Amino acid sequence: MSEIKYDKLEIDGAVYKTQFTQKFINRKKWQAPTPGIVTTHIPGSILDIHVKEGQEVKKGDLLCLLEAMKMHNKILAPITGIVKKIHMNKGDKLPKDAIMFEIE
Amino acid sequence: MSLKRNVLDLRKRKEIVLQGGGEEAIKKQAAMGKLTARERIEAILDKDSFHEYDMFVEHQAKDFDMDKKVLHGDGVIIGTGTIYGEPVCIYAQDFTVAGGSLGLMHARKITKIMDHALKMRMPLIGINDSGGARIQEGVDSLAGYGEIFFRNTQASGVIPQLSVILGPCAGGAVYSPALTDFVFVVDNISKMFITGPEVVKTVLGEEVSMEELGGAKVHAEISGNAHFFAHTEHECFEQIKKLLTFIPWSNQAKAKPFPSKPPRPEYNIEKILPSDPTQPYDVRDIIRSVADDSDFLEIQQEFAKNIVIGFGRIDGETIGFVANQPSVLAGVLDCDSSDKAGRFIRFCDAFNIPIVTFEDMPGYLPGVEQEHMGVIRHGAKVLYAYSEATVPKVTVILRKAYGGGYIAMNSRHLKADFMFAWPTAEIAVMGPEGAANIIFRKEIMNAENPAEMRKIKVAEYRERFANPYVAASKGYIDSVIEPSETRKLLKHAIEVSANKSVLTPCKKHGIPPF
Repeated sequence: MSEIKYDKLEIDGAVYKTQFTQKFINRKKWQAPTPGIVTTHIPGSILDIHVKEGQEVKKGDLLCLLEAMKMHNKILAPITGIVKKIHMNKGDKLPKDAIMFEIE
Repeated sequence: MSLKRNVLDLRKRKEIVLQGGGEEAIKKQAAMGKLTARERIEAILDKDSFHEYDMFVEHQAKDFDMDKKVLHGDGVIIGTGTIYGEPVCIYAQDFTVAGGSLGLMHARKITKIMDHALKMRMPLIGINDSGGARIQEGVDSLAGYGEIFFRNTQASGVIPQLSVILGPCAGGAVYSPALTDFVFVVDNISKMFITGPEVVKTVLGEEVSMEELGGAKVHAEISGNAHFFAHTEHECFEQIKKLLTFIPWSNQAKAKPFPSKPPRPEYNIEKILPSDPTQPYDVRDIIRSVADDSDFLEIQQEFAKNIVIGFGRIDGETIGFVANQPSVLAGVLDCDSSDKAGRFIRFCDAFNIPIVTFEDMPGYLPGVEQEHMGVIRHGAKVLYAYSEATVPKVTVILRKAYGGGYIAMNSRHLKADFMFAWPTAEIAVMGPEGAANIIFRKEIMNAENPAEMRKIKVAEYRERFANPYVAASKGYIDSVIEPSETRKLLKHAIEVSANKSVLTPCKKHGIPPF
């Protein structure tokens, strides 16, 4: 039998010698929310971009149309600010969680 | 026509149906490493015990030239037979006939055998090997699925339902197995998913193979949809037969008793557990050291390994074992392990199987991921399932029983019938390290050497509270026992609970935190 490899897991100050599961190792690390970064909530393609870099937008303004699952999803500005950078072009196919806009 | 000619005519008709989808299709099936539907049924059931129903059923679809097609038995074989002499209902989708696609008559055959199983109070075994809905039959095939799901739900908790995935099982079809009690998968043969790799690719742009998306390993290790994983179909059939020896035929029966056997000598209960609460060991060895012949049938062996569930026997009677596994993630409760344990406890309760819980866990898995995945509502399933269960419930606290984990793992407060603790048990609101940091915070902070002071205070707390005697002094623990007495006392507890009777408030049904 092969030697079992143990890791260390700390719970309430005590350190336990134990194995990790693959699922635990692969878990998604949490990241603090960044309200000005607009990402795709679903993979899809960009039908139309309605803003330009440097343009001022108000919260709720239409930024672009993202087609996914046969639906035209309106992507709205989450905050009021200036479009600092646009990370894609019309017609691009984007995976999930891809950055589309940076608003400041 | 003479009687003999009639009989010969019948035989000829049967002969044709027995060919299923024909030689070519059967060859293809074999090339995929799969047995045919009929071979599978024969391999699971006792020899020559199968009796087939609805052999001559044919589809009645007309659209898309379907009226010109003959599909023998409409792609599914149903019937009754015996396993170890006990009757069961079984159906097997026949992939050689139109890819085992489900049309109206195909579904009607399945629901017929389901109704039969429920009425006659016997287990239902469903072998899935189907390309999905028969598109040509349109909404009729959807109706068929719906009728199956409804019956799965009606039969849930009344008769055991086993799903065996021996081929593709995709789209809506996956919900029948998901509604049943035990799902069996075979490496490289089983494929289960709601949307296949092609759709995933076109819609989401994610490239994934069928095996990576919904192969047997995925469901046995990651999704938890499968309960038993096998390398071959024959290994899978042995698992099915073994499982059936442990469970009763309906919720009105008890599992068949077997002659009592002592545990095997290689499992010495006094030599498994390290007394240092941070050190790992395999809790399955503890189960094997109390179970008859050390025989333990583990369920969901590769999924959420931080909790162990499965069946064994004590003194010949089937027991459902639930045990924290310190060698994986320190035995914590998390979303997956809570789901796993909660469902198993409810199965045992529905089918009159006493539950023995071995407890050794530091609490819940900390982390943003767990909190955001809903460890609150998942963890609540364990509390719900134990509280709701009225079968005999016995807990043995081996080592750590801290905080919420102590309450959740079948504590006295959730109406455990017997609470045993080993002298190594630490029953406390939290581990000594955490508790000392809070209670003696000022002393530690103001000390000349805080690290030294923390050590002293942790030791002090451990000495005073990290033992079974505080809980025993309040009657929360019935007995502090020597490890070597465990099997004897479990046997005693089960004997004493033979006529357990509990009145629960009248209700339509509870609302468990699904």
